[in-house]
Amino acid sequence: MRRFSGVPFKGTKEQEAQLVSWLEEHKTMPGVAMPALQKAQEIYGYLPIEVQRIVADVLEKPLAEIYGISTFYSQFSLCPKGEYKISVCLGTACYVKGSGKIYDELQKKLGITGGECTADGKFSLDACRCIGACGLAPVMTINDDVYGRLTGDELDDILAKY
Amino acid sequence: MYRSHVMVCGGTGCTSSNSDKIAQAFEDEILATGLQDEVKVIRTGCFGLCALGPIVVIYPEGSFYSMVKEENVKEIVDEHLLKGRPVTRLLYDETVAEDNTIKSLDDTAFYKKQLRIALRNCGVINPENIDEYIAFDGYAALGKVLTEMTPDEVIQTILDSGLRGRGGAGFPTGLKWKFAAGNKADQKYVCCNADEGDPGAFMDRSILEGDPHVVIEAMAIAAYAIGASQGYVYIRAEYPIAVQRLTIAINQAREYGLLGKNIFGTDFSFDLDIKLGAGAFVCGEETALMTSIEGKRGEPRPRPPFPAVKGLFARPTILNNVETYANVPQIILKGADWFASMGTEKSKGTKVFALGGKIKNTGLVEIPMGTTLRTIVEEIGGGIPNGKKFKAAQTGGPSGGCIPASLIDTPIDYDNLIAIGSMMGSGGLIVMDEDTCMVDIAKFFLEFTVDESCGKCTPCRVGTKRLLELLNKITDGKGTMEDLDKIEELAEFIKANSLCGLGQTAPNPVLSTMRYFRDEYVEHIVNKRCPAGVCKALLNYKIDPVKCKGCTLCARTCPAGAISGTVRQPHSIDTTKCVKCGACVEKCKFGAISKG
Repeated sequence: MRRFSGVPFKGTKEQEAQLVSWLEEHKTMPGVAMPALQKAQEIYGYLPIEVQRIVADVLEKPLAEIYGISTFYSQFSLCPKGEYKISVCLGTACYVKGSGKIYDELQKKLGITGGECTADGKFSLDACRCIGACGLAPVMTINDDVYGRLTGDELDDILAKY
Repeated sequence: MYRSHVMVCGGTGCTSSNSDKIAQAFEDEILATGLQDEVKVIRTGCFGLCALGPIVVIYPEGSFYSMVKEENVKEIVDEHLLKGRPVTRLLYDETVAEDNTIKSLDDTAFYKKQLRIALRNCGVINPENIDEYIAFDGYAALGKVLTEMTPDEVIQTILDSGLRGRGGAGFPTGLKWKFAAGNKADQKYVCCNADEGDPGAFMDRSILEGDPHVVIEAMAIAAYAIGASQGYVYIRAEYPIAVQRLTIAINQAREYGLLGKNIFGTDFSFDLDIKLGAGAFVCGEETALMTSIEGKRGEPRPRPPFPAVKGLFARPTILNNVETYANVPQIILKGADWFASMGTEKSKGTKVFALGGKIKNTGLVEIPMGTTLRTIVEEIGGGIPNGKKFKAAQTGGPSGGCIPASLIDTPIDYDNLIAIGSMMGSGGLIVMDEDTCMVDIAKFFLEFTVDESCGKCTPCRVGTKRLLELLNKITDGKGTMEDLDKIEELAEFIKANSLCGLGQTAPNPVLSTMRYFRDEYVEHIVNKRCPAGVCKALLNYKIDPVKCKGCTLCARTCPAGAISGTVRQPHSIDTTKCVKCGACVEKCKFGAISKG
């Protein structure tokens, strides 16, 4: 189940202007809805109902359709993400090498469950599918940094860097 | 002209271990030593041996440096590039002979039995430079097709070659093209499936990262064969490097007139666009992928009508996988007979596998069809690390199954894999050792399909969920023998009644593990024991009073305060408090704590 978060929406006029101008420009492109939501997520970091409404209004599509697409694809998030996004790969190669344990350990350490964000907004944690670095299994990423061949002992040191 | 080339792997695996910084360090160091006019640094695609990344290969010697660190760069430049003495200490040990001379890479166990067709340019050329692709016969096949062959001849060549789809199901590629060519329409489309969703498979990504032009060229050939003028590559957004290189490649091809209007001065026009996926496994299914390109929820639809009749935007469409396309230009240039001479009777050519899991040489390998699993695991893969025993190999991802040790001599091809209850899939090959619980693995894949089921049809949406609940019951120690019959019945029902490939194959991991490892299921049910020591609910930790020295380390480590005892006396675990985290086992220096 994906729910909207309780965090109040803090979008700015500039963000809205940026999104609307992109939407106006690409409105007639075939299959525009998905790239539109990808653009919106790039601008706002997530897809709260307010943003979905802008997309639906400009593209002249029912909000239900936009919501349907937003909730179908795992890349789209209805909740804001942390300043540092932690993703633990739960692809087969990583799983066989114990990434499930790493994921459990991080949930414990951060006090959140997967998909959530810590109260201070610093870290969010997600499980992800294969990122293709199977040679380094088990792997996790924090924003653009990749940490491979994890054993679990180094997690505190890694988190302390942020 | 340069006297030396430093090839730094720029695939995702090596980039993840800082190969970008290493390439930069080489450039800086080469500039500092004034060698910039003699030595050139090139960022290539994947070499395949990801376990040893980051990889740097220096030509003309072909010296293969493995696990290179930034601090090694100065030494390599000073010794190897300046003084001409390869740093043997840093070379991949298999390439160094006893007398300290360097052996060719082709003589190492990892590369010896490989045959590279789809991956032939990966690690060889600079993927961001179209001239290098052209220098290796790039776009020659497209030229040949447009100037010397009719569309029918192209299709016949692909048919004769015996090429089958490398994305999983293995449908004959030529036949797909023939159907689409036979349908008249004002517009047709050519699509490429680069939504590599199988966890543990990354060959498509490596091809796009290492040799993006081969996909563009092959799609143009396909477009000419079926009469299409527009193509789409549907690619995972999780593959930023591949997206970036493909974008560069498309722009270069347009600049050179290899995409666009009147290609090679003929009437043929074709252009290509990238569509980004957004993380939905079901979008690897052809009709779902097309719905997703249309910008909708990526749900599959019933077939017929098949995409060759009514596909993207309701026009005739063909969809092939990246690896399939990567074979096409070579088939055109070298002929159908050449391709058909490799492989087995019904599976021609080669297949790329992503070797992963409990194996020494994780990475990407391309082998002729018909190579046995034993060759892949023991020779190319270098066997299982830490002296453990091979238990099973999983192919086909969430749609495939597990191949037990007793079938390790099976020649790998499409039909053999189906016969033993697995499938080729896109080519992930995950090796498991005795520490892997087969019930847990079946559960792992089912959790994946439950999560990824799009929800459109009931057998898949509800069926897989119920199936998972039955497996959870077993791993929780509450299963009964009747549950096994229920699982089988439900699994067959889901296979027979689901709308698309996702549901039709979702029960395969469960069925194949039950077929080959039934005793493991029974052990969970009857004796409430997990033989591999994985399923938490069935584990009990015990301290051996003879081995325990009473060092108190375990008691101090235990997060639940379940271990008690006095100093220098054997300790004991209160199983009612124990949370089975295993922390004590890792800490104990005397091997006194066991699980089972």
